[in-house]
Amino acid sequence: MASRTKVIAVAGVLLALALIAPLSNSFVILLITRGLILAILAMSLDILLGFTGLPSLGQAAYLGMGAYLTAILATKFNFGLGWSFWVVILLGILLGAATAAFFGLFAIRASGVYFLMITLALGQCVWGLAYRWNSMTGGDNGINLPGRPAFAIQLSSDVAYFYVVFGFFVISLLMLYILVQSPFGRSLEGIREREVRMRTLGYNTWLHKYLAFVIAGGFGGLAGVLWAHANGHVSPEDVVLTTSVDALLMVVLGGSGTLVGGAIGAGVVLFLREYLSTLVAWWQYVLGGVYILTILYLPDGLMGLSARVRRWGIAFAKPEDEKETGSLAR
Amino acid sequence: MAVKSAMVIAGSFAIGMGVTAMGARADEIRIGFIAPITGPFAQAGKDMVNGWEMYSDEIKNDFAGATIKFILEDDQAKPPVGVLKAEKLIRQDKVHIIIGGVLASTGYALAPVSTREKTVYIAPVAAADDLTQREADKYPYFVRTGWTSSQPTHPFGEWACEQGYKRIVAIAADYAFGYETVGGFQRTFEECGGKIIQKIWPPLGTIDFGPFIPTIKQDADAIFTLMVGPMSLQFPKQLAAAGNKKPVIGGGTSYDEFTLPSMGDEVIGHVSVLQYSAALDTPKNAAFVTKYREKYGKVPSYFSETTYTTGLMIHAVLKQSGGKWPGTEEFVKLISDVKVDAVRGPVSLDDMRNPVHNIYVKRVEKKKMFGYDKEELWNTVIKTYPNVSQFWKFGKAEFLKQPVYSRDFPPCKFCE
Repeated sequence: MASRTKVIAVAGVLLALALIAPLSNSFVILLITRGLILAILAMSLDILLGFTGLPSLGQAAYLGMGAYLTAILATKFNFGLGWSFWVVILLGILLGAATAAFFGLFAIRASGVYFLMITLALGQCVWGLAYRWNSMTGGDNGINLPGRPAFAIQLSSDVAYFYVVFGFFVISLLMLYILVQSPFGRSLEGIREREVRMRTLGYNTWLHKYLAFVIAGGFGGLAGVLWAHANGHVSPEDVVLTTSVDALLMVVLGGSGTLVGGAIGAGVVLFLREYLSTLVAWWQYVLGGVYILTILYLPDGLMGLSARVRRWGIAFAKPEDEKETGSLAR
Repeated sequence: MAVKSAMVIAGSFAIGMGVTAMGARADEIRIGFIAPITGPFAQAGKDMVNGWEMYSDEIKNDFAGATIKFILEDDQAKPPVGVLKAEKLIRQDKVHIIIGGVLASTGYALAPVSTREKTVYIAPVAAADDLTQREADKYPYFVRTGWTSSQPTHPFGEWACEQGYKRIVAIAADYAFGYETVGGFQRTFEECGGKIIQKIWPPLGTIDFGPFIPTIKQDADAIFTLMVGPMSLQFPKQLAAAGNKKPVIGGGTSYDEFTLPSMGDEVIGHVSVLQYSAALDTPKNAAFVTKYREKYGKVPSYFSETTYTTGLMIHAVLKQSGGKWPGTEEFVKLISDVKVDAVRGPVSLDDMRNPVHNIYVKRVEKKKMFGYDKEELWNTVIKTYPNVSQFWKFGKAEFLKQPVYSRDFPPCKFCE
């Protein structure tokens, strides 16, 4: 029952977003579009962190793969600027998944801090590739895309592009939701809770973790393709460690193991960083403060807020209740 | 009676005030300024803001009747952040002009935004060659008031030949600005008979040169360096500690005025090249340095001079348009014809909207200047190449035929 209310609430928020976003000013639309893309990345990471218990510090690598693929195809082969955009989307997902499939061979062996370190190192490899392979990636300069794709609709219009990204976000959310509700998703949670027990029960935990890693990579690749066209520019700075850390923070901030939490975290971080920074110079303190407060008081992230408030409410209300019952008895 | 007449006088005075205020109400021109205020390049960003502010304060923000609304955004010297900030400035603040960007890569990232959004983009620092060369057609609203990376090192190559250097090792930051600076130097140096025998590329932001310094070939006559930001401080220190006795020459950013005061005596005698030096011995510069120092407590760097000059050039355009915003295309046309007598010397733009200006070869010396009573390090000008264009002596058509300078161009024919 509670889960049904949650689903309805999420659907309501999404509907409101789809209706309100096009009415806001053109810079805000751009921010929301970026926020949705980062939300896809954060949700893909949540599959690893929240559901499988694998803290990956290399999620930016898949974003980078997708983004560079899009940029290179567009500039070198003039591909992906018409209907072929959809092919690029598919290729981006496949490349992200393939990269993860390769990286997973090294990373899945490890767990805990070692997993963190290996994914960090692998992520930096992709950054190194982007930074040093000048002839392909333009090195430090990055690549400027010629423009957004145009087919039946002109994606150069920010509103049109917002709806495309919005569509992909909703599909990703649905697919990932189905995934975590499926028996496979349940087994991932089992691995998170106690891997040895799952193994004893006869599950091939390595394979389960590997598959989760590959799926997360695929969604990361999708986010990358969308990211490249949102900015019109791809730079090694997009693939840098900070992007991975940001994704991790978004998930933790929003609430890991909730999917929607990642999206909320992405929205909050983006808003604080990109919007607040244009208003006040001390925005970094606000961001830092939010992180610290969340970790101290909301270990379940913002998604855990309502439950926590309810608990506080009960704690406060208790003496009141007793008084009331007392008065009634009298 | 007296009260009444006083009221009349006061009233007419008020009306008069209102009228003059109305008459003076020309356009408000909004300028979006993008500079790193945090991160390793914050110092350069601060100098840029200071330079602009100083010009604007000097004329009391009266640009031929127009007032300029100055909106500052921090890009942390990261190109993607710069792009987003530019979008914000254009879409939300509706700015007429974007000024800024420090790194060449930021310039490359911002130029397409200016085309896409049909907004003037002025680069006072970002020196990526192709923005005003092979790709200039793509960016019709792009104007440079700074320089191209290879512009100062073209004459510098010839200067190196004159010093009798035959074999030089280049060690430069591993990004476009480094490649283009070294490329320009290599081309002219090798054309007059010199040889670049080795190129070393430490990554941008390197502060430990331990792995690189020992690989420098010992039989070279001199070392050419191109460092930026915090790198410039560390490299000469570690080079001296490694016992280097060779002459050191380099691009201007290796000895920027904002790092020079923190450098030790080991840099005395090093020679670099740029379109500005705080030690330029002209009355105009003496006044600029003194005033700047009074206001901000430090010597101006070329970052300050270039935004100061940008203010001067925008002012010149607005004088012609009578304090009105002339429109994006017209603005670009007007500024292309502007000739100013700037602090760095005479500045005009060529037909690809890149400055033609003097290039100064400078030697670091410890001395007293402009009446300051302490001995300090100054970039003393030892040779001036007047009115240097980005194409040097090659001619535009011939120059544009060659590819842009890169890691592999010109090829290192004499590398051993």
